[in-house]
This record gives sequence, C-alpha cells and structure tokens, in this order.
Amino acid sequence: MSELLQFLFSGVTVGAVYALVALGFTIIYNASDVVNFAQGEFVMLGGMITFAAHAAGLPLPLAAISAIVLTAALGVAMNKLAIEPARGAPVVSLIIITIGASIFIQGAAQIAFGKQIHSYPAFSGDTPIRVAGATILPQSLWVIGGAVAVFIALWLFFTRTLLGRAVLATSNNRLAAQLVGINTNFVMTLSFALSAGIGALAGVLATPITLTAYNVGIAFALKGFAGAMLGGMGNPKGALVGGFAIGLIEALTAGYLSSTYKDAAAFVVILAVLFFMPQGLFGRKSTDRV
Amino acid sequence: MKISAKSATLLVLVVLVALSPLLFPSNFYYRVGALIFVNAIAVTGIVILTGYAGQVSLGHAGFAGIGAYACALAPVHWGIHPGLALFLGAGISGVLAYLVGRPILRLHGYYLGVATLGFGILVAMILTNERGLTRGPDGIDVPDLGLRALLGELGLSLSNGQFWYFFTGLCMILGAWIALNLHDSPTGRALRALHGSEVAARTVGIDVAQLKLRAFVISAVYASISGSLLALQNRFVTPDVAGFMHSIEMVTMAVLGGVGSVLGAIFGAAILTLLPQVLTVFAEYEHMVLGLVMILVMIFLREGLLPSILKKLRGKDE
Amino acid sequence: MKTTTALATLMMLGLTTPALAEIRIGASISATGPAAFLGDPQVKTLEMLVEELNANGGINGETLRLIHYDDGGDPNKARTFATRLIEDDEVVAIIGGTTTGATMSILSVAEDAEIPFISLAGAIEIIDPVRPFTFKTPHTDRMACQKIFEDIQARGFSNVAMISGTDGFGASMQAQCKEVIGDYGLTLVADESYNPTDADMTAQLTKIRNTADVEALVNPGFGQGPAIVTRNYAQLGLDIPFYQSHGVASNGFIELAGADAAEGVRLPGTALLVADILPDDDPQKEIALAYKTAFEDKTGTPVSTFGGYAHDAFLILTDAIGRAGSAEPQAIRDAIEATEGLVGTTGTYTFSPEDHLGLDLSAFRMLEIRNGTWTLVE
Repeated sequence: MSELLQFLFSGVTVGAVYALVALGFTIIYNASDVVNFAQGEFVMLGGMITFAAHAAGLPLPLAAISAIVLTAALGVAMNKLAIEPARGAPVVSLIIITIGASIFIQGAAQIAFGKQIHSYPAFSGDTPIRVAGATILPQSLWVIGGAVAVFIALWLFFTRTLLGRAVLATSNNRLAAQLVGINTNFVMTLSFALSAGIGALAGVLATPITLTAYNVGIAFALKGFAGAMLGGMGNPKGALVGGFAIGLIEALTAGYLSSTYKDAAAFVVILAVLFFMPQGLFGRKSTDRV
Repeated sequence: MKISAKSATLLVLVVLVALSPLLFPSNFYYRVGALIFVNAIAVTGIVILTGYAGQVSLGHAGFAGIGAYACALAPVHWGIHPGLALFLGAGISGVLAYLVGRPILRLHGYYLGVATLGFGILVAMILTNERGLTRGPDGIDVPDLGLRALLGELGLSLSNGQFWYFFTGLCMILGAWIALNLHDSPTGRALRALHGSEVAARTVGIDVAQLKLRAFVISAVYASISGSLLALQNRFVTPDVAGFMHSIEMVTMAVLGGVGSVLGAIFGAAILTLLPQVLTVFAEYEHMVLGLVMILVMIFLREGLLPSILKKLRGKDE
Repeated sequence: MKTTTALATLMMLGLTTPALAEIRIGASISATGPAAFLGDPQVKTLEMLVEELNANGGINGETLRLIHYDDGGDPNKARTFATRLIEDDEVVAIIGGTTTGATMSILSVAEDAEIPFISLAGAIEIIDPVRPFTFKTPHTDRMACQKIFEDIQARGFSNVAMISGTDGFGASMQAQCKEVIGDYGLTLVADESYNPTDADMTAQLTKIRNTADVEALVNPGFGQGPAIVTRNYAQLGLDIPFYQSHGVASNGFIELAGADAAEGVRLPGTALLVADILPDDDPQKEIALAYKTAFEDKTGTPVSTFGGYAHDAFLILTDAIGRAGSAEPQAIRDAIEATEGLVGTTGTYTFSPEDHLGLDLSAFRMLEIRNGTWTLVE
C-alpha cells in the first residue's frame, strides 16, 4: 500500500509540472490556434532566471517574481515579433516559427546562463512529509498547488470575466470577435503573456525538484504537449487531467512494469485514447468547414 | 506546361548533381553534398505527405530509424546483403506505416501530429533500449554496401566521398522523378484535391482514408530509404536517427524550402544541411542565428524559400 | 585511397614550405546537445590550453591553432565535422568525441585518413580492439564498475542494485557492470533505469527499496539524473551504501544533490577533484592543482573530470608533437604510442601498441562525500 502511495506521489509531482506546461499550451492555442513549441523554453527561463537572480543576491520570492514577469514580457515580444507578423500563414509554418523561437531562446540562454545544471533551495525546506509509509517533498505540494491554483484561476477567468470570454470568442471565430468589438490583437498579447508567465511559474516551482539547464525545455514541451492533446487541446480541464494522467501513467509503469518503457506507456495510452476519442478526453467536437 | 515543370525540375537536379563537384574546393564538399541528397530523399517523401496530401507528421524519423537499423541488423542477423536490407527496411516501414496509418490518419491537425510524434518516440525508444538487438544508445556498426569496390573492379575508381555523393545524388533524382510522376497521376490530383478540402474531395467520390494512407505509406518508404542510405554511408548508426529532432528537421527542411514542390523542398534540404556548416563562424551564436533564420523565412517568405524567390524573380506575372 | 593520396600530396606541399607557421589541431566536441554538460568544460579547457601554450612560445617554435566544431553529440554531425577537419581544415590530429557515438563516427574517418585521434569518451569499444590511430584518455566504464565492485566487495556486501540512465553513458556502463559483476562474487538483485530528462525517480527507488536483501546501490549516469536520484534516495530515507559513477565527478554535483543528501556517497574519481587534499608527494598533485586553479579562475565554473579528459588529451598530443619534432600525422601517432609515464589529471599514461588507453585501475581513486566535500577513501 505504501508502495502504491509512493508511486502516486511521484506521479502527481511530475504530473503537476506537465499540467502547468499543458495549461500554457492551451491558452495560446485558444487565442490563436497555434501550438507553441517554445512553451518548454518558458519553463526553462522561469527556473534559470530565478536561479540567476537568486545567485545575484535577490531574495528567492523576488527572484521568482522577476523571472515570471521577464518571461511574460518575452512571451509578448515573441508574439509581436514572430507570431503577429506571420498572421494568416499556414499552421505548419507557425509550428516552424515556434520551433525557431525555441531554438533561438535556447541559444540565447546557453550564452547568458552557461551550460551548467542549476538549482536553488526548495521553498519550504527538504524534509520529506511522511504519509502512511510514503514520502513527499514539501516542494511537490508547491507544484501541485500551483497547477491547481492556475487551473482554477484560468477557469474563473474564462467563464466569469468579460476579458476571458473575449479570449474564447476570439478562439472560436476571430472575425466575428472583431466585429463585436473585441480587440483581438490585445487578446493575443494577453494570451502570450499569460502562457509565458504560467510556463515560467512551472519552472520556478519545479526547479528545486527537477533541476534546470539551458536545454531542459524540449522535454517539458513534449510531455506538456502530449498532456494537452490527451486531455483535448484548448480545454483547460483537459490540460490539467491530461498532464496529471501522463505523470501518473509514467510513475505507475515505472513502479509496476518497466522503468525503461514508462514513456512508451504514456504514448501508447495517448494513441489508444485518440483512437476512440479523436479530439482527446475533453476536446471540442469540431466539424469540418466546407 | 506541366510536363515542362517536371522535366525542368529533373534537369535542374541532374545539372546540379553533375556539375557542382567542379566547384568543390576540397573533398569535404562531397560529404556535404551526399548529406544534402540523403536529406532530400526524406524531404521528397514529406512533400508527398504534407505538400500533396496536406497531412503533418512529427514522427517520420521513426521510419528513417527502421531503414537505418535494417541495414545495420539484417546483414548481421540474417546474412542479408546490406543493399537488400535497404529494401527490406523500406518494406517493413511501408507495412508498418500501413498498419499505423489506418487508425491514426483519422485524426486531424495537431492530433495527427501528436500521434505520429508518439509513433516516432516509440521507435526511438525501442532502438535505444533493446540493447541485446541494437547495441543501445552508443550505436552500432553498419556493414559496407560493397558497391564502391564493385565499381572499382569495373574500372570506375571513386573515393568514398565521391562514391556516396554520386550514388545518393542518383537516388535523390530517382526519388524526385517518382514523386513528380505521382504528382501528375490521378492519385496525385486526388491527393491535391484532398489537400484543398477533405469534405469536398469526399463528396466528389474520392476515397479519402485510402488516399491519405497511400501518401503516408509512400512517404514512410522515402524516409526509410533516406535512413538506410545515411547508415550505409556513415557505416555507423545511433538511435538519434529516429529521434524527435530528426523528424522536426525533415518537416522544417520541406516547409522552409517550399513544401508544395519537390524542387522547393530539396532546396530547403540543401539550405538546412549547409547552414550548420556555414554557421560555425558564429560559434556559440550558431543556434540563435539558426532560430532567427527559421522565423524570418516563415514570416517573410511564407510559401517557402524557393517559390518566394522565383516569384520575386518573375515579377508579378503570377 | 584517392583521399590519402590527396592528403599525402598536401602534406608534401606542407613539408616543402620550410617554416610552416602553425600547427592545426582539430576538435569535434558536444558543446551543446544532451552531452553539453560534459562537452562544455572540454571546449573551454582546450581553448584555455591553446592560449596558454601559444603565450609560452608555442610548440617546436610554431604556434598551435585549434579548430573546433560543436557536434551536439550527434554521430552524423561528428562524422561530417571530422571529414571537414581532415579534408578542409587539414588538421594534423583530432581531439574529441565527447560521447561514444560521436567518437565511433570520428574514429572511422580518422583511421581512413590516418590522422591521430584522441577520444574523450568512455566505452571500451573505442580502444578494444586497438586501432592504429585511435587513443583515448578517460578510464573505460568497465574500469569504473570494477573499482566500485572492488570497494563493495571489500566492505563485505554481496547484493547490489543498479539504477542507470538510458543515455549512452549510463547504458554502456550498466552493460559493462553486468559483465564484470560476477568477477567480484556479487549478485545484481535489482536493475532499474530512468530517462536522462526525468524529474523524479522515487518510483524506481521504491522498487529497489522493496527488493529483499539489497546491500548497495550503484547509479551509472551523468548530468541532472544522478543528482535527482541522490535527492530521491534521501527523500525515501534509504540508507544502503550508495555509489555514483565518475559521470558526476564535479563539485557541481554536491551542490545540486545537496550536501545532506550526498553525504556518504562514494564514487570512483580522479585526482582532479581532490587535488588540494592529495599528499604533497603525489605525482598528480601539481598538475591537477594547476589545471583546477587555471580553469576555475578563467571560467568561474567548478572544474570537472570531463574537462580533465580534454586537458590530458591535449597534454598527450602536445607532448607527442614535441617529442616527434614534427607535426606530421604519422610521426605524431608514433610518438603518442611511445608515451611513457606522462602524468595527467586523470592518471599517469603509458601507451603501447597493445594499449591505447594507457591507464590502469590505480588511476581511479575511491572518493566519498563528507560534509559537502570530497574525501579520499583509504
């Protein structure tokens, strides 16, 4: 029993990170139909900037906030400089733009921060919390709490605020949204800021557990993308569930089957789910437009 | 007009392959040329899948991995000649693409992307982890194709670099020829109709699922052959050949060059193969420049490098 | 064949010009990519050493020029860059191949062109069988396994668990360890693995903890993986003796894993990590300390064993060029093979036609982390 509990702890810790990344994917996708493959770089920057600012003498909370703000600003810059000018380009071109941005950010990070692996102290110490024979680190609770809090905030934002509904309207039909007076450019800018900020938050919270280096982004992006697709791209609930599901599948496979093929298990589940639900678990049913 | 476009493409390729060596400052450029051609073969497959049929794959390196490891393993385990192993790999890739393609080609856009991504990752993972068979992440030796020695006996003595340059160049031209014929065939026209609108294609009686599957299988065979040729040329292969980055590289080459035409995509393969060699002058800024080039081309030359350049050259007569 | 003739012609041209101004050596290293953690200090080390050497008047009166490329750990790129170094840049020797995959690619190009090549990667396949032009500086991963098992045996344990990275380094060492474990009368009772990008290994460690009679844990791997394993080991409250590999031998590891979690961890390391506490009569003390000080002053990052491999490769190469009195590839190769008792940071090298590694187990030192720093285990 304690064994299962330990696997579950491991799964939700990692799953919470994936869920945060997946939520970041969701927001940009909702606003622009773009899957932003640079999402993982935001996670990397969150951790790296926090590390650098902390090492430079800033207290940890301040370092974390500055990392989130700076990364959000970078997200806005990316939208203005790379995504907006390409408006109307085919989806595959947009994918390549975001991959180009990802390569660019990585290249800049390796010069700015070097290629060493970094970390900083956990927020509430390293003493594990014991529950029924299993242990979980306080930092894991931070990550899980972060994922849940971001999800709730986004849910409230999208359903209860005018601005949030404007974002959803833009994602459904850009032209119609413009016609009813929604500033779609502002919606895009906001979405990139939010998404980059959430990505950075994931990095800030996870780095004491996962450690960070200039090239960790791609792994986060892949797993987050997989989580978002499993849940159904564009749906925050799907992103949350998908992210946690992938973390749990990995941990349980590693615990009970084979640690070598735990990533394979995650993808096999995704393939199986998509076979029966081509839009993911919570995806919108879309009809082809003629 | 159409016929001339096809012959023009082939003519350009033949002339480039045959005459470029006259300008080579050193033997190193044969290596670069051969790499371009190997990539061009994979990218020609992407043109059929993405350019003709409008389907996106983020896992085609998986097929390249199968082709490459077929050439490494089949000669050792089953005593098959490496040249035949190339066809065996292509066959396995084709069958696998057929089996995998049937369920996943029902998916659209990013869902198809993640499904193909998953497929590619599974292949890479098996190649990495089945040490007993593949010798794991450190890679495995690939036997000699033996064709160069044979040519030597026939009196045509080429250096290793020269041999692979001309051999892969020939394969690329052959691949382009097949792709161009496909383009003009009824299948090609149906594929392009599908690209335009799946629903419209269906209503005029095109078997959409069957057609997508056909494009997927053909492109998988191209990727597999590309992987085989890379392995045979390098005489060594690691699971990196099936990696996610390699899949992305294929799509990027095709789209950057212009995924709508074979020549454009091959041009993209040439540019992205050459770029890292040129960018070494930027040393540590190499990756920043590469990322920037990708972004700028996609913003300013949306249809890809070659179509955009041609359009500029022709002025506004389009 | 034509390649060699072309090269020979070029070399003759080189020889007919009496005072060739510079000696070109090439390097293809994973400055980026998954093995950047290893390759980065290697590039910095080579650049630093070349600068140092040229400031001191070069070698045989000629300056040395380093041409290095970043292969990103990709064997295909490594092969292209090796070809470029030989055909285009016309180097007389190549250092590099941070990973075994990249090394195997460079190796075949270098052997074909008969250019001496010193690898910085671990696998035993690189020098076994011996190839005329290929040498390497790091210990093989098999030796690391032997050193660890020797220590486990000496402490009277017999049941061993392993948790290995699935990257080239981890997987190769895992395989080598399995091959030699029987020689020490030990039994492998659990064999787990993790991906190098994984963020949590508690599931695997829990499985190991629940395996009956585990007496020692070995973790082959490099980069962030082993640091996370070490933290998870502490989180789960495991208390069996814990061995890391030489893949984590840098001060950065203690920092990342946390001094508390890393307390008591043992690993086979080189003199470099313990340079300051080595006895004064230790032959390696001077060179290890000199390199450590110079590197840390110049780069501001802690010295690592991997940079040390590049340091030693450079040392072996320049020593050979000096003794050969010539920068002709064949002469350099012959001189490298005749290297005897050359003290480096990794060990003391003595090459022979049968041995292109030139190190034995004695060059490995069993280190233990105590109070956040490296100590020597007697």
